[in-house]
Amino acid sequence: MMLLNPQSVSPKTLVSGEDNEDLDPEKIARRRRMAQTILLPILAIFFLGLMWEAYSHRPGVTLPGPVQTVTESWDYIAHPFFDHGANDVGLGWQLLSSLERVGTGYALAAFFGVAIGILLGKSVMAYRAFDPIFQVLRTIPPLAWLPLSLATFNRADPSAVFVIFITAIWPIIINTSVGVMRIPRDYENVAQVYRITGPRYFFRVLMPAASPYIFTGLRIAIGMAWLAIVAAEMLTGGVGIGFFIWDSWNSSKLPDIIVSVVYVGMVGLVLDRAVATLARVFGTRLD
Amino acid sequence: MESSSNFVSMRGIHQIFGGGKSRYYALENVDLDIAQGEFVSIIGHSGCGKSTLLNILAGLTSPTLGSVSVNGREVTQPGLDRAVVFQSHSLLPWMTVVDNVRIGIDSVHPEWTVARRHEEAMRFVEMVHLGAHAKKKPGELSGGMKQRVGIARAFAVDPAVLLMDEPFGALDALTRGSMQDELMTIWENSRKTVMMITHDVDEAIFLSDRIVLMSNGPRAGIAEMVSVTIPRPRNREELIESSEYIELRKRLMHYLIETGHGLKAAA
Repeated sequence: MMLLNPQSVSPKTLVSGEDNEDLDPEKIARRRRMAQTILLPILAIFFLGLMWEAYSHRPGVTLPGPVQTVTESWDYIAHPFFDHGANDVGLGWQLLSSLERVGTGYALAAFFGVAIGILLGKSVMAYRAFDPIFQVLRTIPPLAWLPLSLATFNRADPSAVFVIFITAIWPIIINTSVGVMRIPRDYENVAQVYRITGPRYFFRVLMPAASPYIFTGLRIAIGMAWLAIVAAEMLTGGVGIGFFIWDSWNSSKLPDIIVSVVYVGMVGLVLDRAVATLARVFGTRLD
Repeated sequence: MESSSNFVSMRGIHQIFGGGKSRYYALENVDLDIAQGEFVSIIGHSGCGKSTLLNILAGLTSPTLGSVSVNGREVTQPGLDRAVVFQSHSLLPWMTVVDNVRIGIDSVHPEWTVARRHEEAMRFVEMVHLGAHAKKKPGELSGGMKQRVGIARAFAVDPAVLLMDEPFGALDALTRGSMQDELMTIWENSRKTVMMITHDVDEAIFLSDRIVLMSNGPRAGIAEMVSVTIPRPRNREELIESSEYIELRKRLMHYLIETGHGLKAAA
């Protein structure tokens, strides 16, 4: 059975303390909470799995149940990194090439998004000029960019990367500019009186003050980028989890699709947590 | 020295905020000179424009009309010759105490090594007795400690003029008293030119050479100036017994009560 919430299980807490466990009420309460955070999700998964299995056995249902999924797709579950050449590779490889596209597009979006966001946050004129345009552009569904992107780049790979870029950049721009505009007047006054200028202003005042907003933008953006990549790859082909799902559909391998979808979800969760961790490590904590 | 009586010079200051219906005539025709080494307090009711006057001298606000100069140089923007102790302490919460103090030194002496700047910052952190807390973040400090960091930061840049905007206004009465004593000691040792905004009459008398009384806004201005000739070093206990103190206090309180709508007279 798989754990959807792996970060809540730390090996230390599972093994810990045999000595004075029985009497300390705080420890007992903590252990009970811990048991609940682990046990309840497992029970929920088990329950949903049971419903799903039952549903799949009803007459006329083509959706494979969990048992059939695991048996038929065992190769993909057990060997994520096999490589039989061409596009016939394990899910690990498929995910990695999707991640590579997302990584490239997202990194570009983060760089330009933060830079443009700071510009808009610092210049009222630039903000008034560009904000309405960005507000329109950001509502465009990612895939609507794909044909234009394909026409521009003529190749699948950069087109997919561009779709990620254009999807991820808006929340970064918008959150960064708001964060920069909301730098408290107090800090700006300190910077002016004590002549904190240039790179020192950037690293010691602007970035720390705006970082909570910037990281919020980055976190929304990584989610959107991961949402967009599957759809983009379905259309562009090649190696990648999106195209693998599409390919499995074309060859009627529903269990493979289910396994892929679960993997996509888990990678999405990991990406989200990774950015949240970055925010915790590098972001400003205001006490 | 002839120039020393107008080391700080504010001439014909008018300040009008906004335009149209939201236009507010905050200050009207303010003239104020401060001598080098003089401690001047500005006292008045809330909204009388005393903070505006300080911001103008700091260079954070440009006056609608009038000219400001410090040591003969015209004030057009904020600068390290006019350090500010902000009312809300305004420490950068992501930096330690010593780094907050260092930030101004970094601007004054970029040519120094980091170690030397750090050492200099520590000197001022210790001056306000926060040596043991140098590596803490402002969030871990009490209100009084934060304001001491603000004072250390201001003194650390060795400014020509020190501007203090109700520095102890947010503190409880006991802490405020000990902070005033501490500021007094530091000031006696440095004899900086100081302009302090306050609404605490006792604080003004205890610390100042001269007290400027401001009339209420709109169109606020200087109503009266009072010299405090009580000899230094001043001792709080002796002070409250002295007839000059009692007279002064009475006079200031009368002024505030007469002009006031009652609310914010001294504690």
